[in-house]
Amino acid sequence: MITFDQVTKTFPGGNVAVDNLSLELPTGQITVFVGPSGCGKTTSLRMINRTIEPTSGTISIDGEDVSTQDAALLRRKIGYVIQHAGLFPHRTVADNIATVPLLNGVNKKQAREEAVQLLARVGLEESMAGRYPTQLSGGQQQRVGVARALAADPPVMLMDEPFSAVDPIVRDGLQKEFLRLQAELGKTIAFVTHDIDEAIKLGDTVAIFRVGGHLAQVGSPQELLDSPADEFVADFVGRDRGFRGLSFVTADKLEVEPVQAYVDRTSGARLVLDDGGRPQGWRFEEAGSPQPLAGTFTVEDNLRLVTDLAISSPAGAAVRVDHDGVADGVVAHEAIARHLTAMRRESER
Amino acid sequence: MITYLQNNYPEVLSDLVEHLWLALIPVVVGAALSLPLGYLAVRVPSLYQPVVNVGAVLYSIPSLALFLMIPVIIGVGYLSPLNVLIGLSLYTLALLARTVADALISVQGETTQAARALGYRPLRQLFGVELPMAAPVIFAGLRVATVANISLVSVGALVGSGGLGNLFTGGFQLGFVEPIIIGIVLSMLLAGLCDVGLVLLQRRLTPWTRVGGRA
Repeated sequence: MITFDQVTKTFPGGNVAVDNLSLELPTGQITVFVGPSGCGKTTSLRMINRTIEPTSGTISIDGEDVSTQDAALLRRKIGYVIQHAGLFPHRTVADNIATVPLLNGVNKKQAREEAVQLLARVGLEESMAGRYPTQLSGGQQQRVGVARALAADPPVMLMDEPFSAVDPIVRDGLQKEFLRLQAELGKTIAFVTHDIDEAIKLGDTVAIFRVGGHLAQVGSPQELLDSPADEFVADFVGRDRGFRGLSFVTADKLEVEPVQAYVDRTSGARLVLDDGGRPQGWRFEEAGSPQPLAGTFTVEDNLRLVTDLAISSPAGAAVRVDHDGVADGVVAHEAIARHLTAMRRESER
Repeated sequence: MITYLQNNYPEVLSDLVEHLWLALIPVVVGAALSLPLGYLAVRVPSLYQPVVNVGAVLYSIPSLALFLMIPVIIGVGYLSPLNVLIGLSLYTLALLARTVADALISVQGETTQAARALGYRPLRQLFGVELPMAAPVIFAGLRVATVANISLVSVGALVGSGGLGNLFTGGFQLGFVEPIIIGIVLSMLLAGLCDVGLVLLQRRLTPWTRVGGRA
């Protein structure tokens, strides 16, 4: 656990970057610091590994005050990933990854071998080990940056907007793999972003900062979306927070209509199935060719996906499939709306 | 020309060898001094401007005047080769201290910040990260200093140690054009070879600068 206890940072010139911050980052979880620029989120992150020293207050990791530890040794126990990866241009991928083990005195051969093994872990081919960073794409560099942070197997990781500089599709892939990796590794992670969507997607806990280094609200993503503490938080999480909140509700309680009998009331569309019962598309006229599905969902998917499927479907309905891909139900957006209303009544009771 | 070389081969060779060490020892000395000085100018920001200014003033002193000032200051004979060695070392230092400082400043950024956050201590970071990254720029300065030194050594002939410059003074005194031409050609050849040597050395030391763009 990382603990901030009444931490304040005033820069020379009187600019207060962080103002009396008290916060706990639970062990084995991702805590996201999010907020507009100038809110002190990065300063807070950097005080953990002492690349910035607080003006007052204490930061401790598992009860040990970081200010009493040797800064260089402390940092080698804390993984660090930054926006443009910050790889060493004069070292190969393998040597970049081996940085911290080499600083710790691990012999070169062993450190390199372990570095090559880590490449697979972050989704890169071993053949990249001998390349230089300029020979990699931005997304690949970022993966190497993550591997470098993991190399000495630190219990704590600091990540400063690690995925902000790559394009949206690559970012989405990196985020998913990051969550998969974290599910395996269970590191204690402090993650800085200015992107509330990223915060909600990745955070077990999200700490929203406001300008001047004040903590506006701390909570699970769902708590922040459901009950923002004030107007600033409500504004920051965005107008469509109701819709985003649906991503935390699974579709298992959603009532569906049987596939064979389903006919859309306004367009008359019917679902077309193949011989195995898998959905192929929507047919609007007897003779016409079927129009493609927007996609399908299973009971484990969330209501945000189901709602999106229903809205973007040509027939105004989402198709549920079982684990073999066989259609086992259809839900129209009217039915989703009824379900949401019932959900709200239930929670108000 | 050929006849002159055949008759004076030993003298020309010894001039060439003298020229080489008069030019290269100052490069090594100047470079060795410019690394700590350049580093200091980065670490102590108030030193940067003085280093740049003193370097510029030093470099603006004509070489012959400098060669004549040094014996007065340090008390060696006017004809000692030390005068040329010290003078050229000062020129090299003046040129390279600023180059080293600017090169080290230019590599500051995300990468050095990452190095610090990963747990480098300052000195290891200097040698392991900053100097290698700054190497291409420092090498560019080293090449300029080397070629400049090789051309300046000739002036030393007027104060007794001039390498190939001795061929110029000798040629003028005796009214021969051959030694002058031989001196010019050999001096240029020497500069060219040393430059090629430095380029090859740099290619060897900085392999990452030669790899292509993204694969």
